[in-house]
Amino acid sequence: MTKLTHLTLAEARDGLKSGDFSAVELTKAHIDAMEANKDLNAFITEMPELALEQAASSDAKIKSGDAGAMEGLPIGMKDLFCTEGVRTTAASKILDNFIPPYESTVSGNLKKAGAVMVGKTNLDEFAMGSANITSAFGNVKNPWSADAGKDLVPGGSSGGSAAAVAGGLCLAATGTDTGGSIRQPASFTGIVGLKPTYGRCSRWGIVAFASSLDQAGPMTKTVRDSAIMLQSMAGYDVHDSTSAPMDLPDFEAALTGDIKGLKIGIPKEYKVDGMPQEIIDLWKKGEDMLKDAGAEIVEVSLPHTKYALATYYIVAPAEASSNLARYDGVRYGHRAEGELESLDDLYCKTRGQGFGDEVQRRIMIGTYVLSAGYYDAYYAKAQKIRTLISQDFKKAYETCDVILTPTCPSAAFGIGENEDDPVKMYLNDVFTVPTSLAGLPGMSVPTGLSEGGLPLGLQLIGRPFDEETLLRTAGVLETAAAFTAKPKMLGA
Amino acid sequence: MSALDKDTVKNIAFLSRLEVPEEKLEPIAQDLSKILEWVEQLSEVDTDGVEAMSSVAEMSLHWRKDEVTSGDQPDLVLQNAPDQDDHCYLVPKVVE
Amino acid sequence: MAYIIKGETGDWELVIGLEVHCQVISNAKLFSGASTKFGAEPNHNVAFLDAGMPGMLPVINEKCIEQAVRTGLGLKAQINEYSEFSRKNYFYADLPLGYQISQFDKPIVGEGTMVLDLEGGETKEVGIERLHMEIDAGKSQHDQHPSKSYIDLNRAGVCLMEIVSKPDMSSPEEAGAYVRKLRSIVRYLETCDGNMDEGSMRCDVNVSVRKVGETELRTRTETKNVNSVRFVMQAIEAEAARQVEVYEDGGEIVQETRLFDPTKGETRSMRSKEHAHDYRYFPDPDLLPLILPEGFVENIKKTLPELPDEKKDRFINELGLSPYDASVLVAEKDKADFYEEVAKGRDGKLAANWVITNLFGALNKLGKGIDESPVSAENLGKLVELISNDTISGRIAKDVFEIMIETGDDPEKIVEEKGLKQITDTGAIEAAIDEIIAANQDKVEEIRGGKGKMLGWFVGQVMKATQGKANPGMVNKLLRDKIMG
Repeated sequence: MTKLTHLTLAEARDGLKSGDFSAVELTKAHIDAMEANKDLNAFITEMPELALEQAASSDAKIKSGDAGAMEGLPIGMKDLFCTEGVRTTAASKILDNFIPPYESTVSGNLKKAGAVMVGKTNLDEFAMGSANITSAFGNVKNPWSADAGKDLVPGGSSGGSAAAVAGGLCLAATGTDTGGSIRQPASFTGIVGLKPTYGRCSRWGIVAFASSLDQAGPMTKTVRDSAIMLQSMAGYDVHDSTSAPMDLPDFEAALTGDIKGLKIGIPKEYKVDGMPQEIIDLWKKGEDMLKDAGAEIVEVSLPHTKYALATYYIVAPAEASSNLARYDGVRYGHRAEGELESLDDLYCKTRGQGFGDEVQRRIMIGTYVLSAGYYDAYYAKAQKIRTLISQDFKKAYETCDVILTPTCPSAAFGIGENEDDPVKMYLNDVFTVPTSLAGLPGMSVPTGLSEGGLPLGLQLIGRPFDEETLLRTAGVLETAAAFTAKPKMLGA
Repeated sequence: MSALDKDTVKNIAFLSRLEVPEEKLEPIAQDLSKILEWVEQLSEVDTDGVEAMSSVAEMSLHWRKDEVTSGDQPDLVLQNAPDQDDHCYLVPKVVE
Repeated sequence: MAYIIKGETGDWELVIGLEVHCQVISNAKLFSGASTKFGAEPNHNVAFLDAGMPGMLPVINEKCIEQAVRTGLGLKAQINEYSEFSRKNYFYADLPLGYQISQFDKPIVGEGTMVLDLEGGETKEVGIERLHMEIDAGKSQHDQHPSKSYIDLNRAGVCLMEIVSKPDMSSPEEAGAYVRKLRSIVRYLETCDGNMDEGSMRCDVNVSVRKVGETELRTRTETKNVNSVRFVMQAIEAEAARQVEVYEDGGEIVQETRLFDPTKGETRSMRSKEHAHDYRYFPDPDLLPLILPEGFVENIKKTLPELPDEKKDRFINELGLSPYDASVLVAEKDKADFYEEVAKGRDGKLAANWVITNLFGALNKLGKGIDESPVSAENLGKLVELISNDTISGRIAKDVFEIMIETGDDPEKIVEEKGLKQITDTGAIEAAIDEIIAANQDKVEEIRGGKGKMLGWFVGQVMKATQGKANPGMVNKLLRDKIMG
């Protein structure tokens, strides 16, 4: 029998149903893997006891026929989702002792579906980063590090979730994506990452980074797993004013494997200068695979693509500077020690000590672009360009159904690389950010290996609230790519 | 417009309520300037007559009923407070 | 009358604008489901959103939208079908989110007007600049501990309407009249209880001065949180006087936030607000634009009550009241309602006199509100009627009213029991007259000799003899007939 930690979510679900193994056995196997791979630093908080308790109750439910859609399946929870009674840190010192008295909608939905939470996964501090090197709880190591012979970043910000899934520490994990934080780490670790349409998953109870961009989504081993998990995560939530009041389709049923006649758009503007040949080749390969499956390839134009990244790096920090103002040491979280002369002293010291450098940098950029005299030149301008970017996509979808692009301009890089220059680090998000700005669903599917033997993903972008077509196309791409490579550490 | 000096960084830091050690002001000024210089490229986009995006999703705002659905939970509200007394949060004295 | 400060260098006039924060009447807060009830134990009316907990999101309360629109309609203002919520970013201990959710460049209500009722029945129109919705902050208490402030978030998140006037006022009296009128309107509309002592209505006063004849505005100061009509007027007086003094000493006024100290009767600069604020307003990404559905405003319009100005017009035109009496009666809805019940089907003017002069006077002495009046509107109405149909005289009515104030009794019953009914029987009055004439022939001669004033003395004697119950008109006529022939 395959090792339990090598199963996909769908396989495990079926195995539990047919009684091949119990939820406790399944959970235990993953807890053991978690124990054995602490060097990945994928988790900030491990919850073995709670997980086993939950698994036992899942077993009872399975037995009595009350099983939820994800009953007994061990998953990781990005430590940005507030979990009732379980410390939630956002990987920041400023929240290192925060225990929420409430459960986020998405984690609550997963709980209700029976999923077993094995731990809270590591991330970039407040989800700000593309390499998971800004966490106050240390870097996460990419499970593919051994393959490269050096420590690699897992991508970010959902680096802990990506590493945990790729390393077999849980069957699937939640991520959040603001500018690529699900898709880029998925690409770096050879897994599937889906950022749904903005409004598909409730943001209630998720520590906010940039409210108009943040969106939760699944990080899984397969496309089918993403469909299964999204089904449980998503749904209208009256507590989130930006949540979409729409019924959920059956996502798994959308995986028909048939994309005949579907029009796949290839945006010419994504062929950026200096793109590595292996990325260009992979992209072409993806195009061919979809074509072979009966899709029609059309060239589309997204003329404002080149401005997306700069737009993002105004809008996201601006919102973040305001969203993070509540971390002030008054009501919860870290408060500066020692003599505090005044309220401002309390604020400045608490926040100066509590936030890491990258978070502080973004708060300051955000504060600056919103300040008097600069608002119009930066923030208002960026929001207008965002309208243009969104219109570009609308126009493109007049001639195509799904857009295919690379997920990232490179494979995972070494820890310590790209750290000297913030702008260079930001370039990681060049292909994922436009989708976020337009609120569209995007998905990274592992499609090939780099010359160095590291996974590379391709990104599919769908129409708003058309995750079904997106998943269907992703399923076909996944089958055609037949990406079966696993990191050496799994010993497969 | 985009090169920031130390004093500007100091002001931004205070506006953001971040204590930044003196010796870090200069490197931060350089970092921020680099980022601002880079986003400067947006000025070349013609946005005349373009509406700023007000919401990503084309939805209407959900209105809730005027019902009391929360409250009477001071212990939960204060359970993470660094300093509290008598169900109040405490801060260094504010002088007005 | 113009309010002028006579300075050493000439005459100064005032330019005044008011920003009034009105707490909206609703069960729950603007964006959270916590109660708005006044006087709860600390931090009991707090939802996780109100405490700024991570990941908590705002969802708008429909009642607050209705109330804002209703108030806008009451101010005859433009209702904006599209408005937006913005974040006003600043740090303060009682501001848990680190920003106030407010409306900035796209408020729900635009320009409107309000009519001030001034002394002597005069009126003046003042422009309304805008009305927007926002959330209230919590409360800091500074006196419980030597080195710490206590923060209570019960009020944090309660819906406020900020109503901004145009700088159309030029005297403390006008500003006072503005606040009273606004309070009257929101109370009529039931959108705010207007209780200034509980902080349901708070005023920020913008004042500048200029030489009479100048057309440009000079720098203004903003005096925050002035919490009674009297203090608003005092604060303006003090602040204007201060500004004139500064100018005349060769100084300049700086644009700043000030506080009014009622015990000292002066304003002072708020040091804590000295840092130039940069609020970094931007549209709140947690909320979509607020779009009023078709028919929404119309439906609210249909439920608007008669407002004080309309009521006043009706009192003047239909009931014949003077503008002054009408404005006194309509200022508070319960007083106007009381009056209408008294006046129903009766002499409106007489009823107004009795309500304003006698009842309000008596209540004032007792320190009671109209809702605690020992005399019911029904009984006061009966009293007015007893006067109108000549059952009792005005003088007797005053005595009856005294008894009513003490006992709350029905005036008909009082008149009956005490036998106070006016004597309209000619014979009875004639008998009394004859008796007095007989006893005072000398005085009769005086009158006949041209001393007409003496007739009044006879009237008094007859009234005395009849314990005031004789109909004064009849007494006069009969006396005249008998003496003058």
